[in-house]
Amino acid sequence: MDVEILSRIQFAFTIAFHYIYPPLSIGIGLIMIFMEGQFIRTGNPVYEKMTRFWIKIFALTFGIGVATGIVMEFEFGTNWAVYSRYVGDVFGSALAAEGIFAFALEAGFLGILLFGWNRVSHKVHFFSTIMVTLGAMFSAVWIVVANSWQQTPAGYHVVGEGMQARAEITDFWAMVFNPSSIERLTHVWIGAFLAGAFLVMSIHAYYLLKGRFTELSKKAFTIALFVAAASSLAQLFTGHKSAEVVAEYQPAKLAAMEGHYDSLAVADLFIFGWVDQEKKETKGLKVPGGLSFMLHQDVETPITGLNSFREEDQPGLINFVFQTYHLMVAIGMALIALSLYSLFLHFRKKLFQKRWLLWVFVWSVFLPQIANQVGWYTAEVGRQPWVVYNLLRTSDALSETVTANHVLFSLIMFTIVYILLFSLFIYLLNKKIKHGPEDPELHQHSPRHSGMASTVKSQSHE
Amino acid sequence: MNEILGLDYPTLWFLVVGGVFSGYAILDGFDLGAGALHLFLKKEESRRIALNAIGPVWDGNEVWLVIGGGALFAGFPVVYANMFSAFYIPLMLFLVVLIFRAIGIEVRSKEPGKLWRKGWDVAYSISSILIALLLGIIVGNIILGIPLDENHIFRGSWLDFLNPYSILVGVTTVALFMMHGAIYLTMKTEDRLYAKLTILVKNTTIFFVVSLILVTFYTLIYLPHMTDFIAGHPSVFLLPVIMVLAVANVTRQISRRKYIFAFVSSAVVIASLLMIVALELFPVMIFAPNNPENSITIYNAASSEKSLGIMLRFAAIGVPLVAGYTTFVFYTFRGKVKLDDTSY
Ligand code: HDD
Ligand code: HEM
Ligand code: HEM
Repeated sequence: MDVEILSRIQFAFTIAFHYIYPPLSIGIGLIMIFMEGQFIRTGNPVYEKMTRFWIKIFALTFGIGVATGIVMEFEFGTNWAVYSRYVGDVFGSALAAEGIFAFALEAGFLGILLFGWNRVSHKVHFFSTIMVTLGAMFSAVWIVVANSWQQTPAGYHVVGEGMQARAEITDFWAMVFNPSSIERLTHVWIGAFLAGAFLVMSIHAYYLLKGRFTELSKKAFTIALFVAAASSLAQLFTGHKSAEVVAEYQPAKLAAMEGHYDSLAVADLFIFGWVDQEKKETKGLKVPGGLSFMLHQDVETPITGLNSFREEDQPGLINFVFQTYHLMVAIGMALIALSLYSLFLHFRKKLFQKRWLLWVFVWSVFLPQIANQVGWYTAEVGRQPWVVYNLLRTSDALSETVTANHVLFSLIMFTIVYILLFSLFIYLLNKKIKHGPEDPELHQHSPRHSGMASTVKSQSHE
Repeated sequence: MNEILGLDYPTLWFLVVGGVFSGYAILDGFDLGAGALHLFLKKEESRRIALNAIGPVWDGNEVWLVIGGGALFAGFPVVYANMFSAFYIPLMLFLVVLIFRAIGIEVRSKEPGKLWRKGWDVAYSISSILIALLLGIIVGNIILGIPLDENHIFRGSWLDFLNPYSILVGVTTVALFMMHGAIYLTMKTEDRLYAKLTILVKNTTIFFVVSLILVTFYTLIYLPHMTDFIAGHPSVFLLPVIMVLAVANVTRQISRRKYIFAFVSSAVVIASLLMIVALELFPVMIFAPNNPENSITIYNAASSEKSLGIMLRFAAIGVPLVAGYTTFVFYTFRGKVKLDDTSY
């Protein structure tokens, strides 16, 4: 295999792995704000117990998110040197801002969130929870803005030629608010809320089924259910907005997402299907004229198809883009159905009697995770062959000095390390779930206790 | 060209990048040092206390590395791209040990098993040492310079990075961080652990002073390009003087048992060492010994004026904010470590 393929695989693998955790942190963070907010408002210790339980899980997802995130920041330079020089002027500032404004905020208050419960007042702790969550959400802002810029470049001009060519910023705000930023950022945020909400519901549904921590779990489940219901509806809206932007700025990607070849024809909307790249046709269950209707509100307007693009300007993996996109949309619909139905049962006070539904929730934690992953695959594989859309090709973006063997070495190394990381994550998560929330009363030792005494005490609880 | 206080934008951004990396070395330096010393502490309780001494702050410290990487990418994309791809293999190893260290800290206390804790203690401590060593090796190679072609692309093999001089700088960095970390830990501990650490502080200081002397002689004898600048700018000679005084003050404060002052002094040592390196190279960022014309300087590597101007504004707003909440966090967790149910 050549450097390009290996570098692409490595980048895809490491970022996809990173992207398991940040959405969980953002989502859990949001839900912790509601839990701790309830605790501050009502003083009910059950909310304290709940919050402190979720802080522990948050620590876990956050820790792995940080460990894998640093890899990402270095990887632009190590594997994509030409790309880094090309975009540095424009999106370096976004990355620097991410470090200064987001990560520092997050990591600073994280110490208080995790270790400060007995040290600061509840209000200050609550404030730290909010700051950490905001920090996590800001992290998403800058990185998604940077990515959106390479999808739909704006606010720049190109200077120099050949090896020296690079994009220079001309208008900072046009760069930040490039045509796809807002749509994609909101879509990413809400995807993260869904990931967090469904994890919370999954674990508490499990407790309810096992008859453990029942009162606490009902309350926690309900908080997450409201978040999930609102988010799943909003996700349909932001996703639709994203599709409109893709249609306008990246027509080749849109055509791949729907497997649409013929530019003179009205475009159908597939519920599911299969793209035959050899025969250049797509078969499956479809709504005739559906895509034309979605984009132009009438079923007559033709949509530019893949045939209008030269072979070398089309994304290579058209069926892959089609499948990942349709999987995301299908999951989006399933999440809406699931959360609205449950909300309905909740208002009729029947939710917690439906054991089968609780089992569905136990497993549905995977749905938003999968949707988040395949959503990015759609966006990124659909962007090919461009690394910066219509400006720089992926094959021109590599590092000059890095060889296939180098990348093979690092790829194997990351694969081993990440398998280890993932196993650890699952093992520790499982352990935390088995253990469950602890009673805060057991731990009411004042900070004034001597180091020795409190060590003995807390060790005896382990 | 735009200027502020008589300095052009690339120079200002060079100062920002230098400041951020110095901040990183000072802050992460002490928790890396604490990690490097971890295995010297034998008792389970001592290890937990040492771990919790850095618990609430190590992640925040590491963020300075992330900010530094971002600042380099943003301000000097050519350095970011060409150096990171040149240092491919060492950097990949660096990333993996960073991961092991972070995970070691997170999980070692999450299981009671002896083997589990021993294993993670070793992973945590060895990776802390390797991180310091690799950082030093990178600095060593930056001092030596690396072969670059006329497009500033690295022409050589990564094995060249493992030269004696760079390894010596690497070892010195380990020693420096160990000293810095030991001093930090004495500030955070009491009773028998404290007594044990006071001995470690002394030994690591000796380790550091010896390696520093070796590096200095090596540099003076074999690396004339490093001393030229100081010879031409006598006022800069102040920096090595400050550095030596700070080292002397570290030993003095240690014998007076004023560890806070010793800590401040060792921070000054770190900062002045980095400043010496930076000033001696300036305005070169990556020196090309094969042909100095090919060197990467702050001018041929910098982003546009416009971009630098925007980022300088970011830094002006952001850095005080970061300093503010960093102080708040350190203040919240001031004093000797107390273990409780939220501890590692
Ligand atoms: C700011 C930049 C940025 C951001 C936020 C992301 N990516 Fe990306 N991605 C790139 C910048 C990038 C890139 C450096 O531009 C790559 C490398 C090669 C390429 O073509 O684009 C890339 C490639 C790439 C590929 C390989 C596509 C191919 O080679 O066919 C996949 C599957 C992903 N990414 C997936 C993701 C996921 C799951 C992300 C969510 C966390 C993500 N990307 C965020
Ligand atoms: C290639 C793109 C990316 C890079 C370079 C990157 C970089 C990083 C880095 C360096 C860290 C560690 C920060 C620390 O030390 O505290 C991190 C963590 C984080 N990243 Fe990424 N990241 C990328 C993609 C994303 C995306 C797409 C999101 C969107 C949600 C995201 C959200 C986060 C969050 C929330 C954290 C904090 C840790 C956590 O909550 O798990 N990152 N990232
Ligand atoms: C409900 C119907 C949905 C529609 C119509 C939709 C639409 C889209 C579109 C068109 C894109 C590509 C944007 C681009 O290439 O720039 C996208 C990307 C993405 N989607 Fe969805 N989506 C839906 C549901 C979901 C759900 C439920 C999730 C996660 C829980 C999700 C997560 C993502 C992510 C993470 C991306 C990549 C980031 C981005 O490009 O914005 N989507 N979505």
